[in-house]
Amino acid sequence: MKVLVPVKRVVDYNVKVRVKSDGTGVDIANVKMSMNPFDEIAIEEAVRLKEKGVVTEVIAVSCGVTQCQETLRTAMAIGADRAILVECADELQPLAVAKLLNALVKKEQPGLVILGKQAIDDDCNQTGQMLAALAGLPQATFASKVEIADGRARITREVDGGSETLSLSLPAVITTDLRLNEPRYVTLPNIMKAKKKPLEVVKPADLGVDVAPRIKTLKVSEPPKRGAGVKVPDVATLVAKLKNEAKVI
Amino acid sequence: MAALVIAEHDNALIKGATLNTVTAALACGGDVHVLIAGTNAAGAAQAAAQITGVSKVLHADAPGLDHGLAENVAAQVVALVRHEAKGYSHLLFPATAAGKNVAPRVAALLDVAQISDATKVISADTFERPIYAGNAIATVQSSDAIKVITVRTTGFDAAAATGGSAQVEALAAVADAGTSAFMSSEIAKSDRPELTAAKIIVSGGRAMGSSDKFNEVLTPLADKLGAALGASRAAVDAGYAPNDWQVGQTGKIVAPSLYIACGISGAIQHLAGMKDSKVIVAINKDAEAPIFSVADYGLEADLFAAVPELVSSL
Repeated sequence: MKVLVPVKRVVDYNVKVRVKSDGTGVDIANVKMSMNPFDEIAIEEAVRLKEKGVVTEVIAVSCGVTQCQETLRTAMAIGADRAILVECADELQPLAVAKLLNALVKKEQPGLVILGKQAIDDDCNQTGQMLAALAGLPQATFASKVEIADGRARITREVDGGSETLSLSLPAVITTDLRLNEPRYVTLPNIMKAKKKPLEVVKPADLGVDVAPRIKTLKVSEPPKRGAGVKVPDVATLVAKLKNEAKVI
Repeated sequence: MAALVIAEHDNALIKGATLNTVTAALACGGDVHVLIAGTNAAGAAQAAAQITGVSKVLHADAPGLDHGLAENVAAQVVALVRHEAKGYSHLLFPATAAGKNVAPRVAALLDVAQISDATKVISADTFERPIYAGNAIATVQSSDAIKVITVRTTGFDAAAATGGSAQVEALAAVADAGTSAFMSSEIAKSDRPELTAAKIIVSGGRAMGSSDKFNEVLTPLADKLGAALGASRAAVDAGYAPNDWQVGQTGKIVAPSLYIACGISGAIQHLAGMKDSKVIVAINKDAEAPIFSVADYGLEADLFAAVPELVSSL
């Protein structure tokens, strides 16, 4: 069984982004970019399934600018066998990405697609669900445990208040939660090997997908600032302030 | 034109997040209808009819709609949207685990974009939403005929749960897609207020050191204040607290009147989940911890001494 793993190149999670002063967006020029953390977990899970012998091939996919090739090389250093870049310089919104991925699902016929639950830049949490809808496949979002047996996937997912377990027929779409696994570190020999693995580049037009954005960003602004707080010397002062000044207890 | 709220419920009762979503729907203009899709969910449908501002409740009942399976619930919503002669201009889901699971599936089936975690309705087609872990606020405009939106519940007041008298209309349920099945669930039992609805939250971080310490130190404080317990991602990942206590960008988004952060450094991902709290108190022995930059009251102290002292002085 093949597994398709979409990965996104995003601003590194340690970077505190700044809003541009003209309100057109956030300043990501000269900022460190990395693979979206949830996607690392997705690749790791696919590679673990391959190591267990459940999966035969892991294909990493990214949609976006030329530099996404670096993200795909990282995915191959973790253990993906080959990569596909859907190269596009324009803004890609989740619906467009889901359509591109759906075209690749039709072509590659994977038994499983594993995505991250959300990207840490747009915080959308949509692409996996949209792909499942377009491809007519069942979905299990926010997965914390994945077991494949007898042509079905048994997925434990994190929900408000606890967890629940679903059984899906394959092929299926899964999105990863943080607690699914801990991604391995990439080693230098594996980075070298990843450079030799095949990376195919296609255009949205080759896949017959219209990627025009449906949502227009009118402006991006700083969130309202909180007023400066005070340090209190001891517990008694804290209690007094909460009772008399803030009146919250 | 009307707005449809897809209710989150447990078949008997409506969940609180639905009430905030109704308020957001009213802000979009037009009538507000509520869809109850479930199994033996007449109780939830009756409860929805009482919500102030709701003009119609649509009730679809079938075994396949139990447990909110995305494949079946999404198909039900799409069937309703296509069937409705006047059409819906807005479909709103609470931005809970259940809403986030289904809303994008509905949007893709209708070939429209989806707006996640709306915090403000500016006009019928323009909304505000946080991006980059809440470090920026984007104002976005949708060009689609139907707006599919998930609503950040802390951004809107709850509609009154009583006072309304909407008609309940039965809907034909869609057939079970049969591709997914619910097996089991493990829901943590708790007598405490629900995290997202609590007025006061006591939250612990990695500095708690162990699950035993976490409970031993923070539970008395939470009991005293009638507060819910929360945790940072570090504390959850270390196994000190269950994962549904996680407050942050990838956990729960909360906005209580008082948030007490104990031994939490204040990483961006955590701040994204709690910085809209009315009053923030930080107890941390590291004077440089970023949490102090958002805290209204900061106490630089060892929490293992300060928290018990706080409990005894309340």
